[in-house]
Amino acid sequence: MGLLSRNATCNTHGQDSSYFLGWEEYEKNPYDEINNPDGIIQMGLAENQLSFDLIESWLAKNPDATNFKREGQSIFRGLALFQDYHGLPSFKNAMADFMSENRGNRVSFDPKNLVLTAGATSANETLMFCLADSGDAFLLPTPYYPGFDRDLKWRTGVEIVPIKSTSANGFRITKSSLQEAYEQAQKLNLKVKGVLITNPSNPLGTTTTRTELNHLLDFISCKNIHLISDEIYSGTVFTSPGFISVMEVLKEKNLENTNVSKRVHIVYSLSKDLGLPGFRVGVIYSNDDIVVAAATKMSSFGLVSSQTQYLLSSLLSDKNFTANYLKENKIRLKIRHKKLVSGLEAIGIECLKSNAGLFCWVDMRHLLRSNTFEAEIELWKKIVYEVKLNISPGSSCHCNEPGWFRVCFANMNEETINVALNRLKMFVHGMSSTTRSQSEHQRLKSLRKMKMSNWVFRLSFHDREFDER
Amino acid sequence: MKQLSTKVTSNGHGQDSSYFLGWEEYEKNPYDEIKNPNGMIQMGLAENQLCFDLIESWLAKNPDAASLKRNGQSIFRELALFQDYHGMPEFKKAMAEFMEEIRGNRVTFDPKKIVLAAGSTSANETLMFCLAEPGDAFLLPTPYYPGFDRDLKWRTGAEIVPIHCSSSNGFQITEAALQQAYQQAHKLDLKVKGVLVTNPSNPLGTALTRRELNLLVDFITSKNIHLISDEIYSGTMFGFEQFISVMDVLKDKKLENTEVSKRVHVVYSLSKDLGLPGFRVGAIYSNDEMIVSAATKMSSFGLVSSQTQYLLSALLSDKKFTSQYLEENQKRLKSRQKQLVSGLESAGITCLRSNAGLFCWVDMRHLLDTNTFEAELDLWKKIVYNVKLNISPGSSCHCTEPGWFRVCFANMSEDTLDLALKRLKTFVESTDCGRMISRSSHERLKSLRKKTVSNWVFRVSWSDRVPDER
Repeated sequence: MGLLSRNATCNTHGQDSSYFLGWEEYEKNPYDEINNPDGIIQMGLAENQLSFDLIESWLAKNPDATNFKREGQSIFRGLALFQDYHGLPSFKNAMADFMSENRGNRVSFDPKNLVLTAGATSANETLMFCLADSGDAFLLPTPYYPGFDRDLKWRTGVEIVPIKSTSANGFRITKSSLQEAYEQAQKLNLKVKGVLITNPSNPLGTTTTRTELNHLLDFISCKNIHLISDEIYSGTVFTSPGFISVMEVLKEKNLENTNVSKRVHIVYSLSKDLGLPGFRVGVIYSNDDIVVAAATKMSSFGLVSSQTQYLLSSLLSDKNFTANYLKENKIRLKIRHKKLVSGLEAIGIECLKSNAGLFCWVDMRHLLRSNTFEAEIELWKKIVYEVKLNISPGSSCHCNEPGWFRVCFANMNEETINVALNRLKMFVHGMSSTTRSQSEHQRLKSLRKMKMSNWVFRLSFHDREFDER
Repeated sequence: MKQLSTKVTSNGHGQDSSYFLGWEEYEKNPYDEIKNPNGMIQMGLAENQLCFDLIESWLAKNPDAASLKRNGQSIFRELALFQDYHGMPEFKKAMAEFMEEIRGNRVTFDPKKIVLAAGSTSANETLMFCLAEPGDAFLLPTPYYPGFDRDLKWRTGAEIVPIHCSSSNGFQITEAALQQAYQQAHKLDLKVKGVLVTNPSNPLGTALTRRELNLLVDFITSKNIHLISDEIYSGTMFGFEQFISVMDVLKDKKLENTEVSKRVHVVYSLSKDLGLPGFRVGAIYSNDEMIVSAATKMSSFGLVSSQTQYLLSALLSDKKFTSQYLEENQKRLKSRQKQLVSGLESAGITCLRSNAGLFCWVDMRHLLDTNTFEAELDLWKKIVYNVKLNISPGSSCHCTEPGWFRVCFANMSEDTLDLALKRLKTFVESTDCGRMISRSSHERLKSLRKKTVSNWVFRVSWSDRVPDER
């Protein structure tokens, strides 16, 4: 008898994917300006390290937020005991306001419809448990965050069917791609329970357009299914077009308080906007009371530490702080984004035009040996092991077309980006000579077969080709 | 088409049980010494509020721990970014050592085999996901913590089959009961994947005996199944006996590093011993690498806040603090338990003899109208609505005998406990004498009523107290 469950023994956790393997390489040999200048630069981690100073200076001015005091009185006991899955009211109020602020106060969020969870990872899984049974499917536009394969499918038994998008139209979601995905699910005998999008998109770094949002709402209305909008990057929109939340579109279409609006759910987190992934703060927002009630009970499996709820409720209640932070954060992201984009341009590498996120969706199709995913992985391995940059290959994000890579820019300082760009420059320039040496390689291979001695072969052949070792 | 999952539309969360309904009543009318002295006293919540002063004074002397500093330097950034599901190494080390200390350093815990989770609620569910498929079963001795119905079954699809324990032997687990449960599972066509025990027991407040632990280890060996020992109350052992962990028994039976030891898993948490349920700190300890690995990945769904890991790693690394805390905690729990037990005794109520936990398992069988669960619920409602004490009825813990109640003692001040005991005593005294008289009176009046005595005579002689007559 199998002693462990299928969950424990399978690899639906998805962690054998290259997305995670790149991380492992980095762990073995991490770049450090001083201690390890030849190490691997981490460009595969979508972290926001650009605005910590703003939070640190707030913390220095507001010591009570962390020392268990409120107006000089100890509140330790209250917090130590606070495990109510409805969450700290002051924190939910502050979160609702912050989410509203992120949307230019064009929509408002009722704290009673908010459910707190230990990160968006927990929020997304919980929503799956609430909306789908094992064997049901959700449609996701590709490319998408690799973690979804684990978060949405692993323990829930839910399936993901891709809504395929292509570079032909900037990876936009179209009516026909939605319909095609739906039909594909039916062919696979899967009951579609909804669509899940990330807006702004990871890995594209683009905000979803009003047209796309309208298509999505029409689609879920007509199919009578759910729409989950993971808006975890909503505070990282640094240039036009601005951020449009699905909540705004519901309002514009006069669909608030209708059955459709009950099938639209938002996921949020402080891991990207505020750069606090370690604190495990996620949120589900739903207009459906039953979903809120069920998700609230399920949040027992991943509550936010009361110590952390208290700190963040103080932070986010400070409107001076939040207004300044949101503004400054965007300015810094914009600058850093520009640095990466122009640096890549100078090497002849283009990016998808983006206005949000902590990364660029980089077009390296022209550097592929062939228009295949094998060639993409080959290129990726070179970039990881030789150029020593950990970037994420598009195939790990289920991209349809080989040659795209997600490259992060907000988790390192300016000098490090410069180093990364320089390395890439050298690699790309070296590559054009590699193309020469490739045909040379082919010639030498046939020569070898004509019995040239090994030592001649070894001298002329570069170490770089793994498959020849 | 059905819009929401079956998990949402069924009642698998188990929260319609009386265990939770009592809480709701309390929320509406909570006791406060000054503002609401007639309110409901919460005795249904197993919280440890006796030793906060010790932690508070440590915090006052060690301000860096809470203010995100190390040696006066801010480590905010490091903590803000730390989301490694392997957990903070210093914290896992401190947890391992704390767990060892609680077991008198007789066994060792390897930090690499610890998986952190957001509370033992998360730890237990995660273990189910790792060990059982939907439809598989775990055997649990009754009575057990009502939350298990949700934690172990709801989203996992696992089933619980009870191992029936009775008062005839102090609710101890017997070989016969284990076998019977196993066979019952078979009758129900359920594959048994393991046994889960809480040691010390919730709601009994007793630590498992060596005999029971040996029985359990032999049982899982012979059936080739798992044993989960939820040792969340291990630091609340206040009796003369030492706490015996299943890990002690594995060592004593020389089963360390065997196949059996790979099927024994311990769950722990800081919610009871340290009184920190709000901080969401739980742990799974397993000798099976595959389980550690799978559970670690699953912990992504419920990681412990790095802010909290840091604070607690500082606290638990202070060995002076931990040894003083454990000793003082036990003393205070012992004295509080004694206060409850003797107070109940003077009201003619006995408890199961206990040596651990934050509650007593109270025998109110003699106060039942009939030896039925209906009568238990009747009595419970009286105690909640009339005596205004929220206690937990045994049926909510799946006890097979009516009349037992779990009464918590560590979540209130001495004075409040006194007051609760006084109220209960008054209730018992009025019920005892009153009931004999009023019952026959009640019968007489009922027949009189049928003989057309006017309603106002009836209403004036009959007390409000019995709801079924309103």
